[in-house]
Amino acid sequence: METLFNGLMSGQITLAIGKSMGRILLGFTIAIVVGLILGYFIWRYKLVEDTLGFVVTALQSIPSIVWFPLAIIWFGLNDFSILFIVTIGATWTMTVNATSGFKNVPQLYQRVAKVYGSSGFHFLRTVILPASVPQIISGLRIAWAFSWRALMAGELLGGGGGLGQLLEMGRSLGQMDLVISVMIIIAIIGTIVDNVVFSRLERNVEIKWGIRKRV
Amino acid sequence: MYLTIEKIQKSFVNDRKENVKVLDGINLNVKKGSFVSIVGPSGCGKSTLLYLVAGLDKADSGEIRVNGDLVTKPGRERVVVFQEAGLFPWLTVLENVTYGLNLKKMPKEEAKAKALDVLKMVHLSKYVNSYPHELSGGMKQRVSIARALVMEPDILLMDEPFSALDEQTRMVLHKELLDIWRKTKVTIFFITHNIREAVLLSEEVVVFATRPGRIKEIIPVPTMKDGVTPDSVTLNTEQRILSILQEEIEKVLKEEIGDDYSFKTDHLHRGDSGDMGSHI
Repeated sequence: METLFNGLMSGQITLAIGKSMGRILLGFTIAIVVGLILGYFIWRYKLVEDTLGFVVTALQSIPSIVWFPLAIIWFGLNDFSILFIVTIGATWTMTVNATSGFKNVPQLYQRVAKVYGSSGFHFLRTVILPASVPQIISGLRIAWAFSWRALMAGELLGGGGGLGQLLEMGRSLGQMDLVISVMIIIAIIGTIVDNVVFSRLERNVEIKWGIRKRV
Repeated sequence: MYLTIEKIQKSFVNDRKENVKVLDGINLNVKKGSFVSIVGPSGCGKSTLLYLVAGLDKADSGEIRVNGDLVTKPGRERVVVFQEAGLFPWLTVLENVTYGLNLKKMPKEEAKAKALDVLKMVHLSKYVNSYPHELSGGMKQRVSIARALVMEPDILLMDEPFSALDEQTRMVLHKELLDIWRKTKVTIFFITHNIREAVLLSEEVVVFATRPGRIKEIIPVPTMKDGVTPDSVTLNTEQRILSILQEEIEKVLKEEIGDDYSFKTDHLHRGDSGDMGSHI
């Protein structure tokens, strides 16, 4: 407990949290954007669905840490490699969820929009995207969990600061208190993000849409 | 003639990969400002015809013209009110109603003022900032009508708009729709399977035959000068339409149940006023 407190105060752990969060936010954002774009193409074009759609499903089943050796060869043992596996960990899940979200937009909404003259980007922005928001949020949630795991594994192996690196440091110095402290931090951050950010987002949408009653 | 439908042919491929003819040689003319209903057994292609007029679907052959212009895609002058209101759950009532106006690139303030006017006409001024899930079925359908009217369409296409509503709500909405029609002089093309509804609302009832969908008969609904039609006239017209439809109903039932089935003639169920034909 003391180590945890001191670590937070002295900035050792705080700094590591900052570093890790920075990485995951960047990687996660890229993954969301890439996932949505890929999802769009898979939804829109049959040919892409038959080819890329299949590949994505296959890629999704590869744990992202498996990409690490490859990333090290491509980018070297640096920040970029870690970022790469964080991104790749979330991208495929995001793609799969975005695709199924887009596909499940009720025909009725699409017809209504077309009747009023919506098409192209406007149609995508005002109908397809908002209508698939619930599914996209649940995609975000899973994608977050994947990239969080990938991040820890990546930092543990790759170094370059962050919570994972701190964990590795604790191990090599035989400082079990540090190791436990970091583990607690990891658990806390994971829970906070899931419960506070995503659950709240999900609930707000559900209440607004009337899927769930306000309690 | 304002809306002209000429020699429309349309077929679908069903699950068993068979070609099924849905519409066979439809010719229909609709005058500007009139209220025309289409009745027919389920599956007779009446909704398909509406989608063709809306431009949501393409005919295999034939032409549909509005005001002389060929219909090839959806257009703002032909707005559809669907059976389910189809309001966007992520938008408020007001935002739903201004959806089409924003697409028209109308200035925000003007669009809002217009939407509020129309929402007043359908008696929903109190619910402007509500979300669709907070409204009842009848209110949702009102919003959906408001969303269509605000576009000031030339033709309002209605695809069984009241069939999912309960009887009382439906009666109120019938009255309101007639008021709106008289006020705005919009041409209404109304699809229903409810014979009474068709007779009560429209000036002309187009009776559809099924498999393939054809126009069987067009029946004018006599109206008095003051716009009120005596019940006896309504009843007579209803009877007439039902007797025409009988053959079609039997055709459908025989296909579904078997040859031994016969729909009783000379028996008209009068118990439930709004129920006419909904068992078709």
